[in-house]
Amino acid sequence: MLENEEIEEPTIKPVKEIFLTFFKSYSAVTGLIILIGIAVMGFIGPLFYPTDPFDMVWMPFSPPGTDGFLLGTDYLGRDILSQIINGARVSIAIGFSAALVSCFIGVGIGSFAGFYGGWVEETLMRLTEFFQVLPTLLFAMVIVALFGSSVLSITLAIGAVSWASVARITRSEFLRIKELDFVLASRASGSNNLALIFRVILPNAAAPIIVQSALLVGAAITFEAGLAFLGLSDPNVISWGQVIGSNRIYILDATYTVTIPGIAIFITVLAISLVGDGLNDALNPKLRSR
Amino acid sequence: MLLVLLVVVILNFLMLHLAPGDIADTIAQTMGGADEQDMAELRKQYGLDQPFFIQLFNYVVRVALLDFGQSHFYNLPVFDLIMERFPATLLLVFSAQILSLFVGILLGVYAAQNPNGLSSLFVNMFSLFGYAAPVFWTGILLLIAFSLHIPIFPVSGMRDITIESGNFFVHFFDVLKHLFLPMITLASIFFAYYSRLCRASMLEVLGADFVRTAKAKGLSKKDVLLKHALKNSLSPVITFAGLSFSAVVSGAILVETVYSWPGLGTLAFNSIISRDTPVLLGILIFSTLMVTMGNLLTDLTLKALDPRIKI
Repeated sequence: MLENEEIEEPTIKPVKEIFLTFFKSYSAVTGLIILIGIAVMGFIGPLFYPTDPFDMVWMPFSPPGTDGFLLGTDYLGRDILSQIINGARVSIAIGFSAALVSCFIGVGIGSFAGFYGGWVEETLMRLTEFFQVLPTLLFAMVIVALFGSSVLSITLAIGAVSWASVARITRSEFLRIKELDFVLASRASGSNNLALIFRVILPNAAAPIIVQSALLVGAAITFEAGLAFLGLSDPNVISWGQVIGSNRIYILDATYTVTIPGIAIFITVLAISLVGDGLNDALNPKLRSR
Repeated sequence: MLLVLLVVVILNFLMLHLAPGDIADTIAQTMGGADEQDMAELRKQYGLDQPFFIQLFNYVVRVALLDFGQSHFYNLPVFDLIMERFPATLLLVFSAQILSLFVGILLGVYAAQNPNGLSSLFVNMFSLFGYAAPVFWTGILLLIAFSLHIPIFPVSGMRDITIESGNFFVHFFDVLKHLFLPMITLASIFFAYYSRLCRASMLEVLGADFVRTAKAKGLSKKDVLLKHALKNSLSPVITFAGLSFSAVVSGAILVETVYSWPGLGTLAFNSIISRDTPVLLGILIFSTLMVTMGNLLTDLTLKALDPRIKI
């Protein structure tokens, strides 16, 4: 995550200490274990439970536990357990890649705004403010409705609308760090601007950005579920949101078809949030009493 | 504020322009196909043969004159459709925001007096819940609990159509009864954040000198808490509430769909199903308008709280 040679610089804690603080926290470790468990279930689970999530295997609306279907079947008689297992892969993949997209955009915009100041900052921060005012879900809905509902367009849509918080955090970190002595020293020794931004300042600004990105992963998973609930999901893959979205009109008849994938999302996002809190404490003890 | 709206309009146009297919394609599709000549005719009719910037200019002018185009599905002007639904969403968003602020501040003040007590734990747990539970899922759970198993509240809609006559209060309580669950659902995401912030900010203010002075001069505990401490600790909470407006509007879209609340959210949902792009774009513009209204209100509230703030 952080390179060893930069340990001497003021705001970075040694990697070992970060790990120790992180693993000392019970809630963070619990969160991490749950998250790894869910990821393993999504990626390896289908090998052990080979039922195809799209196959109509039994009578529709068999409640959980009947006829050997642990979580029941949905409105087409498809196995919900299999949908949960296979959906984990897609939900987690969308969550992480959308957060990565927001992180890229946010860090790019925030670092240039913070570093250059002046009209660059003014313009970029206006743009950021604009994305904070925009109702993000509606904007993503418009993007997905216009450009088609594939996994790629959904991921890009979520990433493209949720970067504002990262940009603001990056900018404020840059404003603080760029005046510090080691940056001035590096500038005096002839580093060009890009090197200053990405090699000198960014690693020192990484802690709050990483924490915020972790929170974005969870937000992106619920975001995808929200889009899918409104019917905007990729029909070719199964994600938790897609299970909810396709069963939503039957909520009054078979509530479990919506509550079960909801619980899966809830547990995953909760685990991510615990990991995020743990990262926050480990990377920056000053922020502990947020 | 006007600038924000202008940018949304331009963004709308850009997306329409970049998206595969145009209005002519959509119309041709609903008509069941058209030949090349008809297509060219249609494009000319809608000004799609003009250069990019002229099209953009025309679009902005049309929107400024409140012409958002025609809905393909309802065959009505988009503006009329939206105006019909706008008040319902406005009611839901603002009532949820006010409720969550009220409960959040109350809980925050209470928790601040007892920083490590049960109420603080409750606040922390609820803010985790607000982050992790998808809002439509919370809505469905509440719907199942309080409309199906314990039928206290109506399942969907905004008014009971069987109530025709009756005075103002009858209608008022009817709407309130329908509003209750959606409002609670939407407020459930945010109140814990507000109370966390309020708690932190109260704790900070309670240690300040002027609070000690107020206590020393013998004011009652209530006066110290509410008149001196709370008033000075509110601004971070209000500021954050202002920043949350876009999230509240996004949440309202989902909550409306769960409860069939007749606002912009259900309209957006229907226009996705019927591929009614002009309606969707109009809703985006109007919901942005709602957020900017909320932000303006936040600024005014902040100014009322602290006269030093200039807008």
